[in-house]
Amino acid sequence: MQAVQKYNAIMTGNEAVAFGAKLARVGFISAYPITPQTTIVEKLAEMVANREISAHYVEVESEHSAMAAVFASELVGVRSYTATSSHGLLYMHEMLHWTAGQRLPVVMSVVNRALGPPWNIWTEQTDSMNQKETGWLQVYCESNQEALDSILMGYKIAESPDVLLPLMSMEDAFILSHTSEPVILPDQDQVDSFLPPLNLSFRVDLKNPMGYGSYSTPDGPYMELRKDMMDSLRNSRKVISKVTKEFGETFGRNYSGLIEKFMMEDAEYAIIASGTLASTGKYVVSKLRQEGKKVGLIRVRFFRPFPDLEIAEAVTDLKGVGVIDRSTSYGSAGPTALEVRSALYGKSEIPVAAFIAGLGGRDVKVEDFEKMFQYVEQGKTGNFYINVKEAC
Amino acid sequence: MFEVRFHGRGGQGAVTASEILAHAAFNEGKYAVSFPFFGTERRGAPVTAFTRIDDGPILIKTQIYNPDAVVILDPYVMTRGDVLSGIKNEGYLLVNTPQDPARLGSESKKATVDATSIAIARGLGDRTNPIINTSMIGALARITGLIDRESAIDAVRELSPRKKEENAMAAADAYDSVRMGWVR
Repeated sequence: MQAVQKYNAIMTGNEAVAFGAKLARVGFISAYPITPQTTIVEKLAEMVANREISAHYVEVESEHSAMAAVFASELVGVRSYTATSSHGLLYMHEMLHWTAGQRLPVVMSVVNRALGPPWNIWTEQTDSMNQKETGWLQVYCESNQEALDSILMGYKIAESPDVLLPLMSMEDAFILSHTSEPVILPDQDQVDSFLPPLNLSFRVDLKNPMGYGSYSTPDGPYMELRKDMMDSLRNSRKVISKVTKEFGETFGRNYSGLIEKFMMEDAEYAIIASGTLASTGKYVVSKLRQEGKKVGLIRVRFFRPFPDLEIAEAVTDLKGVGVIDRSTSYGSAGPTALEVRSALYGKSEIPVAAFIAGLGGRDVKVEDFEKMFQYVEQGKTGNFYINVKEAC
Repeated sequence: MFEVRFHGRGGQGAVTASEILAHAAFNEGKYAVSFPFFGTERRGAPVTAFTRIDDGPILIKTQIYNPDAVVILDPYVMTRGDVLSGIKNEGYLLVNTPQDPARLGSESKKATVDATSIAIARGLGDRTNPIINTSMIGALARITGLIDRESAIDAVRELSPRKKEENAMAAADAYDSVRMGWVR
């Protein structure tokens, strides 16, 4: 019981990220509602109306405009926030490239939800996986606590002079967004000591006019700027490690950088997963361990930068690994599986089984995980859909 | 771990009931998780909601397939065959109905409470749309002993958006009047 007493609130994932934005002292919020993220911006609107936070809150007419608005506010040096989901995120796509290209450290919450048709409001990660080429950092959360904490760590990572790129933090629709769980709401003083105010070196300043986002010929700095984005993203892993460590020292909650290893010490087989699938996966790993099976789980927290070096190192001594994706790259495989196979190329010969599971919010049950572990133990290497009906 | 599955129809407050139960258990120092499963988001459509309660953090995030207790907010959803599926042997079944619990066709520990009449008597909604979820929490507390009477009432008061006292009293009425088909 001792461990439970430290929680000081019980709330949904959406409320938790709204408190994260409040505690980060965001100065600007733009919002266009889309289910099921809507309660994030509802909660923030309530906080603004009650003068609990002094942010400027702007309702816009679309998600494209929501991102355009935070682009502008961030460029004048104001810490800015928005949240979206599913088709809303897709509608933002163009402005996601602009925000990253302009090197603006915006933080956004994304509630992962399936794409139509047919209409489906339940969880799937294809919406944010479609944004992995935009230059944004991506973190996938497995609990409401992590969803809250990732906003605080997210601003600190994104705003680091060594990164200066936007970050999106994901929560699975309903399984986190609408699920009430105990959380620890940190003190504002503690957060203030961890996360200083934004001081953007290149912000728009009327006394010091400069041009922004103007024009580059093929010989101009365009290609160099793009390489610099790649370098910053690759190098952001150092900042992520540092900030994660500082966060642990300040708040006593230790996240593990880009990946989390669960019961991996003497594991022979492992599953790689992200989001809430990793949480249920841990439950199943604990169960299988009690049955004497040497299994473990690797949780992908950051998908961008992709933890290729970390995963290659973590699977070195394994006999087999499986990768679960709750998303699809049509005509190929699951996005995580593609990255893992690429990460292991030339470094490891272990069989990799790729699973696609839980699309459109289909529940991924304990027996589904047990089946996937069986495939891994059998050394299977193909691509498999899990719990899919033969004909419909 | 104790797992509860609520069945109701959109607008009846099954999701809020699952949250009230989680808050009450949390306030007693337990770890608790509640979550909804919406079929289609509209009034009258079948809604399922879940609560898990344990002494420490809960990692499993699937739906609940083998509940320790099933709570039926609307007796008409019982015509759907699947609402009792997977209920554990010796599990609890609580139904909002004025009927005797002996009339429920189930092997579980059967209990009934006339939450609709309680709600109307306390001025919560009307005959067509009574607010019965808060009464169901009071009755559930009594039959399972999962949360005590006071924390059930306090959590109802905390989470009721309106008519806090009336809802709290409805929970108390249900706690005191639930009929159990076995000796607790």
